[in-house]
Amino acid sequence: MSEKLNRREVVAALLHERSDLLVVAGLGAPAYDVAACGDSPRDFPLWGAMGGAAMIGLGLASAQPQQRVLVLTGDGEMLMGLGSLATIGTQRPPNLRIVVLDNERYGETGQQRTHTGMGVDLTAVAQACGIAHATTIHHAATLPDLRHAIHTLNDTLFAVIKVSPVTEPKVLPPRDGPFLTHRFRTALLGERVAVNG
Amino acid sequence: MVEPTLTTDGEPFHWSEDVHRLLQQHQITLVSFVPDGGLKQLIELCQQDPTIRTVTLTTEEEGIALAAGAFLGGQRAALLMQSSGVGNCINMLSLPRIANMPLVMLITMRGESGEFNPWQVPMGQATPAVLEASGVVVFRVQTAVDLIPTLSGALGLAFQSNCRVAVLLSQQFLGAKQFVGGGS
Repeated sequence: MSEKLNRREVVAALLHERSDLLVVAGLGAPAYDVAACGDSPRDFPLWGAMGGAAMIGLGLASAQPQQRVLVLTGDGEMLMGLGSLATIGTQRPPNLRIVVLDNERYGETGQQRTHTGMGVDLTAVAQACGIAHATTIHHAATLPDLRHAIHTLNDTLFAVIKVSPVTEPKVLPPRDGPFLTHRFRTALLGERVAVNG
Repeated sequence: MVEPTLTTDGEPFHWSEDVHRLLQQHQITLVSFVPDGGLKQLIELCQQDPTIRTVTLTTEEEGIALAAGAFLGGQRAALLMQSSGVGNCINMLSLPRIANMPLVMLITMRGESGEFNPWQVPMGQATPAVLEASGVVVFRVQTAVDLIPTLSGALGLAFQSNCRVAVLLSQQFLGAKQFVGGGS
C-alpha cells in the first residue's frame, strides 16, 4: 500500500475554500489540524468532552438546517462516542458531515494503538447504524470528491480517512470556553442573539 | 405520590401536560432522553409535538453534547433521564460548564423513598452530590404543588443566566416503581 496520508494536508484539502462551513473539531490533533488552517470564528475546537464531538455536530446541524456542519475528529474520540453513531443514524440530518482522521493511535498519550488499529471498522459501524453515505479513504486522489460532498451532499455523510501516525507540530486553537462559545454564536447568529440568548 | 385529577371533560390529567406546556413556553425545541417509566407520558407528549424534535440517546452523556450543539446553533434543549444515568454524564458536564452554556436536565429519581431494587440505591443516593460536584444547580420536587414553580425557576436560571440546572423528580412525588402486580 502507498504511504499513508499526512493529516495536515488532508485537513487543508477538506477546508480549502470552506465558505461558510461550520466546523466542530475533536480534542487533540484534529483541533490542532483545524487551527493549522487558520483560526476561524466558525470553528468550535474542543479541549475536552471526549466522545461528544459528533453529538455536538448533531445538535448544531439540527438547530441550523440551512448550514453545513463538519465534525472533524480522531479515531479515539469517535470510539468513545460510538453510541452516538447509533443516535445519529436515527436522525440523519442532511447537513451533518462526520470525518474521522484515523491514525489508529491515541496520539496525545503516547501513540498507543486504538481499536481501529486492531481491526475495528468505524465505516462499517456507521453503515450498520443507517448512515448510508459512509466511506473509508486511503488516497489523496479521493479528497477533492469528499470535499465536494461536504459542500453539496443532501444527506448525512461519514468518512474515515486513514492518516499517518506521525505527530505534527502543535498549532493550538483558543482554549477559553466562553470566548469560543461567544465567538461562534456571534459569527453564526449575530451579536444580539449571542448576547441575549 | 401524585393522584390523577380529572379535567373538566373527565379525562385524567397528568403532570406531564403542565411540564410539556412549560417547555413550549420556554421555546425548547429539542428534547433528548434515555427513557424511564416516570417519563413515559412526557416523552410521548414531546414526540407528538411538531415543534419539538425528540432524540433517543444510547447513553445520557450524548444529550449533554447534543444540547451544547443546539445552543451553539441558537436553539434550546432539555434532557430527560433517570437518576441512574447521571453518573454517565460526569465528564461531559464539563463541556457546558467550561463553555458557559445553559443545560436543563429533568431527572426521575430512583433509589430513594420506597425503592424495591437495591441496585438503584447507590447511584440514586449519589445523584445530588454528583450533580453539585459537577457544577449543576439542583432543584428537588417532592410534591405536585412544587412541580411547576420549581421547574419554571430552573428554566429561567438556565436560559437567562446560562446555568446548568437539574430538576429531580423525587420518588415521593412519582411514587415508587411497583415490582409486584404491575406498575411501569
